[in-house]
Amino acid sequence: MLCDACHKNEATVHLTQIVDNQMKTVDLCEPCSKAKGVDDPAGFSLAGILLGLSGATAPEPAAAQAELQCSHCGFTLADLKKSGRLGCSRCYTVFSEPLHSLLKSMHKGVRHTGKVPHQTPQSTNLKDQIQKLQTELDEAVRAEQYEHAAALRDQIKQLRQQLNPASHA
Amino acid sequence: MPESIPLQAFLSSPADASRRTGPHDRIVLTSRVRLARNLKSFAFPGWAKKAERLQVLDLIRQAVASLPPLQDGFAESMDVLSPLDKQILVERHLISREHAARNAGSGWLLSRDEVLSVMINEEDHLRMQVLLPGLQIRQAWETINQFDSSLEKLLDYAFSPEIGYLTACPTNVGTGIRVSAMLHLPGLVLAEHINQIIQAVNKLSFAVRGFYGEGTEALGNIFQVSNQMTLGEAEIEIVERLIKVLAQVIESEENARALLLEKQPAVVCNQIGRAYGILAHAHIIASKETMNQLSLLRLGLDLGMFPGLDRSLVDELFLVTQPGHLQQRCSEKLPADERDQRRADLLRERLSAVSRPVMPPRRSSSGPSLDKSASV
Repeated sequence: MLCDACHKNEATVHLTQIVDNQMKTVDLCEPCSKAKGVDDPAGFSLAGILLGLSGATAPEPAAAQAELQCSHCGFTLADLKKSGRLGCSRCYTVFSEPLHSLLKSMHKGVRHTGKVPHQTPQSTNLKDQIQKLQTELDEAVRAEQYEHAAALRDQIKQLRQQLNPASHA
Repeated sequence: MPESIPLQAFLSSPADASRRTGPHDRIVLTSRVRLARNLKSFAFPGWAKKAERLQVLDLIRQAVASLPPLQDGFAESMDVLSPLDKQILVERHLISREHAARNAGSGWLLSRDEVLSVMINEEDHLRMQVLLPGLQIRQAWETINQFDSSLEKLLDYAFSPEIGYLTACPTNVGTGIRVSAMLHLPGLVLAEHINQIIQAVNKLSFAVRGFYGEGTEALGNIFQVSNQMTLGEAEIEIVERLIKVLAQVIESEENARALLLEKQPAVVCNQIGRAYGILAHAHIIASKETMNQLSLLRLGLDLGMFPGLDRSLVDELFLVTQPGHLQQRCSEKLPADERDQRRADLLRERLSAVSRPVMPPRRSSSGPSLDKSASV
């Protein structure tokens, strides 16, 4: 079995993670496993490897994505691949596309269903969110995903309600 | 908040810390819930410059210390705590090993009752945890949730309605919750059923780790079970799911113990008798072996083989034989081989009044069986 990262050497390190009851494995050769920090539990991230792999199979978009940089903190996509971590909270917006598939592979869902802070988010953030959801809603309608569209519509309605009292205040 | 109190004056003694009891604590040593939070306008600690980290530390420390659970608590910057202090906190599971490695720009707070603790600028700006003895996952969640709700009024959290609380690592995004229990499973290990149990628990998307968390060995037959996924499932769902999983693991451990005693009493008594012999008579013993033998002593206690022995003594020995606690006791830094002798001296002394194990009484020895419907 060849290494998933370099596709040259024989893979001797086999990583397994269970996500959504599905076993996902990554096979690496020793130099690559060391380079990715697999022998160092604190520094290792399967995230980085998974991100790197998706780049390896599609070199073109990966090259384009490598230019991505957070304007707020200067973190780059290369930093994300290397560390498996982000630079600041705004990075989640900047890298939302590469992160989406990653979040999908590591979590039960891609939408937060838990606790929400009571403090009203700042109105600028809300407007951004509404804009984003509106785009998503249009796409959902076009794709005839009406159930999803209805959920998005409700969310937008809720956010608009949050926005209004804030603007009156 | 009282400044400049040395940690060792604030922290309870190992004996007091070991006297805390909770439901199902024969098998569930502790329950823990931690939440990861970050502030909106600052870079995450791993990427922030030192000045920014110091600013975040100051902001969070003031907010956290103003809330009731921590008003009379302990608060310190990580560069003020000594390496020995930090090691002791790791051994008490009050800070992570990663946090122990941090210095200026990171901080730590602990409530008077030692239940609630807060790490500032670990991997995230804010990591708060509630640690309770025995099986008290739900209580731990309620306590930390309440604290978090008070704190969110004082701090501007990084939160997205779509993907929840934003964390430095995408593995924690969403709820930012880690719910875990520390389990003592010598029966399943002796019966060689532990791998099946770990696989079953993994299938339910919970991780099983060793004594000090990620990437560590299961010393002393102690395993940590925790959730891996934090997005797409509400906190209470994760909490309830783990409680269900734990009830099954507890039942399997009870069954394994009962079955071992019924089918292979000589094997079990042999192991426990040998553990007693080594712990009570060795002159040199490493911490790893100590934990493994203490685990068997604790099992013998649970099976009724040490009628006069108090479980809190065994738990205290688990704690005071760890390298950091041992050095604190000897009030000097010791090389490993010296420690192994001091550890053996301590064990012999503390176990000198403990009588030899008796053969376990048949059947009733495993104590009250677990009622699955019992409130946990």
